Amino acid sequence: MKWIHLATPLDEEAVRPLRAGDAVLFSGALYVARDRAHERLRGMIDNGEGLPFDPRGQVIYFMGPSPAPPGRAIGSAGPTTSYRMDPFTGTMCAAGIKGFIGKGKRSAEARAVMMEGGAVYFSSFGGAGAYLARRIVSSEVLAFAELGPEAVYRIEVVEFPAILINDIYGGDLYENELSKRR
Amino acid sequence: MAPKRPVSVDLIGRTVSELVGRASFGMPSGVVELYAAMREREKSETARHALGVLVENADIAAADRLPLCQDCGVAIVFCDIGQDVSLEGDHLHDAVDAGVRDAYQRLYLRKSVVGDPLVRKNTGTNTPCFLHTEIVPGDRIGITVYLKGGGSENMSFLKMFRPTATTEDIIDHIEACVIEAGPNPCPPLFLGVGIGGTADVALVNAKRAVLRGIGSRHANPSYADLERRILERLNATGVGPLGFGGASTAAAVYIKEAPTHIATLPVALNLNCHSLRYAEAVL
Repeated sequence: MKWIHLATPLDEEAVRPLRAGDAVLFSGALYVARDRAHERLRGMIDNGEGLPFDPRGQVIYFMGPSPAPPGRAIGSAGPTTSYRMDPFTGTMCAAGIKGFIGKGKRSAEARAVMMEGGAVYFSSFGGAGAYLARRIVSSEVLAFAELGPEAVYRIEVVEFPAILINDIYGGDLYENELSKRR
Repeated sequence: MAPKRPVSVDLIGRTVSELVGRASFGMPSGVVELYAAMREREKSETARHALGVLVENADIAAADRLPLCQDCGVAIVFCDIGQDVSLEGDHLHDAVDAGVRDAYQRLYLRKSVVGDPLVRKNTGTNTPCFLHTEIVPGDRIGITVYLKGGGSENMSFLKMFRPTATTEDIIDHIEACVIEAGPNPCPPLFLGVGIGGTADVALVNAKRAVLRGIGSRHANPSYADLERRILERLNATGVGPLGFGGASTAAAVYIKEAPTHIATLPVALNLNCHSLRYAEAVL
């Protein structure tokens, strides 16, 4: 595999050369949020409140980890299915988010708002939670601790792998692969 | 009449706890070998890499004592209770829940159950579990703990066919469902197919079907052939491992059929992800 190294946060220059199907390795901080956290983050933006982190250029990882056993940075930590976060994607892109990591298909609307916002969507390796945990060196709860696995976390990753599904030019790896068989 | 064989519900609870542990950290024997064999057949580099990651994930889960998947699932528990058994102790469901609660706490598994589907507050214990009891002949208790994640459960399907539908119609439908679900349920899939019964029976049979055993063949040759045809069709869709494209869309297809009404032909699909997690014991 040919891997492209990406350091977070991302800027336009990092995103522009990426194409659907590219394999990337992230290093730096990722911000973890799933269903309930997205609902709350959008509420904060709608009410004009500051977010728990500066979203500009950042990458959101759709994930809810298992509890960290003693002595570990995190428990299992693979991606959750992304379409459930589609309704929040427009707000997140408007706030400056440049990338999303999850698994599975996005809606046409979510893909359109990502293209408009110059943001890209990656799938990591769904169900490989133990494998991916080894690429995460630290984790801290940033907000909504009461939501347990649905809290917002900031994690530090080293060479965290993902495949680009949606680039900023409308390319979609899932559709490309299916169309080869038609 | 012979006296009934006493079995303590606390023992059932402790067994459930142990089975949750076994299922969470390792897949049934044969699955990893299956992925390694599928990897050899893939031409695309991304597909080969994805299958390699799944094999490595199983190794790391065992070595690092981390669950295979962060979605440690809901616990679905099948108890087949011999009718010559006498259950001793408190209520069975409470004892099984106690076993589930103990395992999820003790083993650092993620608690993913909300107590009310609309209020949506996490119970913090991964209970209640989903308990299916059946009374069977004999004086033994068969217990199967099956852990199912939400992402693949969301890709469940039920279709009530006309009774005049052909097996080809059913295969076409299954293919369309698997393409529609695409990457979402984390393929390669272990596909459970419940055919016949009432709607609810077909759905439970689709769950039970995937527990039949890795490498097992359906006892009825015509269903065994249908399983083979479905598997071939799915692996020609191009969905591939994790939806990245390739020939490994499904690892196995398991059908469980049931008698049904003259007017009905239910077909229920359980698209289990690549992380097949179940464990069994007999008391």
